[in-house]
Amino acid sequence: MKGAGGGWAHFWDAASNPEAVAALKLTLWLSAGVVAINALSGTAIAWVLVRDRFAGKGLVNALIDLPFALPTIVASLTLLALYSPRSEIGKHVAYTRIGLLLALLFVTLPFVVRTVQPVLLELDREMEEAAASLGAGRLAIFRRVVFPNLLPAVLSGVALAFARAIGEFGAVVLISGNRPFKTEVASLYIFGRVNTDPAGAAALSVELLVISLAVLLSIGGIRRWATRHDR
Amino acid sequence: MIGRYLLRFGALGYLGVVLLAPVALIFWRTFEHGWHPFWAAISNPDAVHALKLTLEVTLIAVPLNTVFGILCGLAIVRHRLPAMGLVNALVDLPLALSPVVVGLALILVYGPGGWLHGLPFKVLFSFPAILLATMFVSLPFVVREVVPVLREIGTDQEEAAATLGASSFATFRRITLPAIRWAVAYGVVLTMARSLGEFGAVSVVSGNVVGHTQTLTLYVQDAYANQFNETGAYSASVLLALLAIATLLLMTMFRPKEETRGDRGA
Amino acid sequence: MRRSLALVVLAALAVALPASAARKGTTVSLVAYSTPTVAFGKVVPAFQATAAGKDVSIQQSYGASEVQAKAVISGLGADVVDLSLQPDMQRLVDAKLVAKDWDKNKYGGFVTKSVVVFVLRNGNPKHIRTWDDLAKPGVQVVTPNPFTSGGARWNVMAAYGAELRAGKTPKQAIAYLDKLFHNVVSQDTSARNALQTFLSGRGDVLLTYENEAILAQQQSKPVYYLIPKATIQIENPLALTTSGKSKAEARAFYNYLYSPAAQTLFAQTGYRPVVRSVAKQFTKQFPARPQLFKIGYVGGWDKVSTQFFDPDKGVMAKIERGLGVSTG
Repeated sequence: MKGAGGGWAHFWDAASNPEAVAALKLTLWLSAGVVAINALSGTAIAWVLVRDRFAGKGLVNALIDLPFALPTIVASLTLLALYSPRSEIGKHVAYTRIGLLLALLFVTLPFVVRTVQPVLLELDREMEEAAASLGAGRLAIFRRVVFPNLLPAVLSGVALAFARAIGEFGAVVLISGNRPFKTEVASLYIFGRVNTDPAGAAALSVELLVISLAVLLSIGGIRRWATRHDR
Repeated sequence: MIGRYLLRFGALGYLGVVLLAPVALIFWRTFEHGWHPFWAAISNPDAVHALKLTLEVTLIAVPLNTVFGILCGLAIVRHRLPAMGLVNALVDLPLALSPVVVGLALILVYGPGGWLHGLPFKVLFSFPAILLATMFVSLPFVVREVVPVLREIGTDQEEAAATLGASSFATFRRITLPAIRWAVAYGVVLTMARSLGEFGAVSVVSGNVVGHTQTLTLYVQDAYANQFNETGAYSASVLLALLAIATLLLMTMFRPKEETRGDRGA
Repeated sequence: MRRSLALVVLAALAVALPASAARKGTTVSLVAYSTPTVAFGKVVPAFQATAAGKDVSIQQSYGASEVQAKAVISGLGADVVDLSLQPDMQRLVDAKLVAKDWDKNKYGGFVTKSVVVFVLRNGNPKHIRTWDDLAKPGVQVVTPNPFTSGGARWNVMAAYGAELRAGKTPKQAIAYLDKLFHNVVSQDTSARNALQTFLSGRGDVLLTYENEAILAQQQSKPVYYLIPKATIQIENPLALTTSGKSKAEARAFYNYLYSPAAQTLFAQTGYRPVVRSVAKQFTKQFPARPQLFKIGYVGGWDKVSTQFFDPDKGVMAKIERGLGVSTG
């Protein structure tokens, strides 16, 4: 690709720039956090939306996709308004890594919910009912019957969330403060170099691609292993 | 029982903090001074044109990506080819790439000196480039929704149908499609939402010409960053949000009554 | 029933969308950087109200200066280009899209001017008056990132030149920049994002263009600004492209931008006019500063672009890298 155009040594130079390395590390940590939190919260939300009954459920269901449809610059503006020093709710996490994490959780929210939801809808309740009639506890039913069936969907969802989190630009651009070594994530670093240092931008893009490809492949591997194991 | 309430309030509480607070603030800021500023902002001719362009792009990109997504999902799950693991991972890449990089790649391919430079019609800075960029970034969603459901339902029913002499198309239409339609529906909603909201890739290849190649998200950026017009930016965003909600409601209309419990209809 | 209803709605939506309408009459394409959007919002209709501008539609595109220059090179149609800095115009000259003699008009090719200012909190609690105050311990500075924002480059050169003006050696001036950037708490991607950050409560002082500060005040944002004694003269280049040169309407629009009427509109939206007769009417709004200098004073764009902004070896690249060392 373009990043390799200047030769391997040049690529390595550009990729091992300490500022680039710091941005990449921060991005990966944040994305790992996004994956862990989404796996739990996304599954819980999908469960509540499919199995629970309460007033206003339809509305909640309709709101889930909004983070995608809202232009990210507006998401960024509102997150700033919520979390900045002049905040309307008085929480100052803007310009910190917590603020970045919240912004990423906002834009990745729909993924796990929307991958788990159709599987839960398709899941036979009869199996669970059978297990219950055989005297299995709720936890055991979840662990033995529901969880193995949901796992591929959860993994699909977190893979998407991870991919989105490492590449996200719009939602973090205002709230990060973009300080090198502190709150500068990879996408901001790439954006900053696209015009002035295309080689540096391309190098980090290629690195991100390789890492995400590796992560996505290994998530795919776990997914395959889990489904085979199950059969 | 207690567990159920804990789960309900935990899930809704999380939604409240992460999702609802920002969205509520956007709506509040838009309608702070009533309907009039909202209406004035979205009936501005440039905003109307931007909305039309966004809808045109979405109405082409979503069906194409839906068909591709279903076919690709079937290929990944039903045909265990050695390269499918790689294809499976590649499908997610449009998300992992920074959209700005996607746009720049399009410029490299279609711009001066690119492989596809000099086509008989204009690509960059006009409709085709906007469409290409949008399709690229919204490609993964239908695939990702369909694959886990295809895995979950297995192949028993399809095989039974085949033994009974049903053609593969009839099997697909009668057995597979009803089983995955929920997944497809969510995939379409996500694809649609992403197409409506895409900014980064489109901003690089559209040229952002007001009233010509400016999509609604570019209009939002222009209103916010260039014209100092926050009301315009918020109003256009709310319009996009409403479009996304409308899509979801349209999709839920496809849901037959008897299916509410999640039984597998055939 | 419901299903067909949904399909009908979708079909109606598809039919209701006409293809993008083509406009009649002559069209002139203006490609500009982002900050003059508000000014052109007034200048364009004023042009269309003149005899020369009747029936001329102006297609407008606004974005970051560098991005716009790149888009024009990649094929974005442009007859008139208005950019933030001269190096961006130079790229178009190198691509043979703008004639080499673009800067040979009465105004050196520039259509508007501005200066770098300090935007401060009401009451100025940290008593910021001079460039040296910005580098004092505990002062929080907001400026965009010099690698993404043209405005940030003006800020850096203003700070550097002001030190030279105060009798420092180039080495001392670079040491000052290093100290200054240790006080920077937010390096946003653009001047507008930096203003947004400052308005949200971050930092004690924002470095930005005078026209940006004036525009913010006109939008009743709670800011006031101070023009330091020594600051840089910002000059924004304007040119006809080769396609624009052969179009009478594009030339008419270009000439109109230097008319007293257009220059007055620019002045009212915060820009310092280049036409002297207009500038005289606005001396109160745009006070002269005793130690104003131009980019030539610090070496000119050709020199400083590599010396300061080379992404690997430039002074600013080293300073940014140093931020990582000191914070561990």
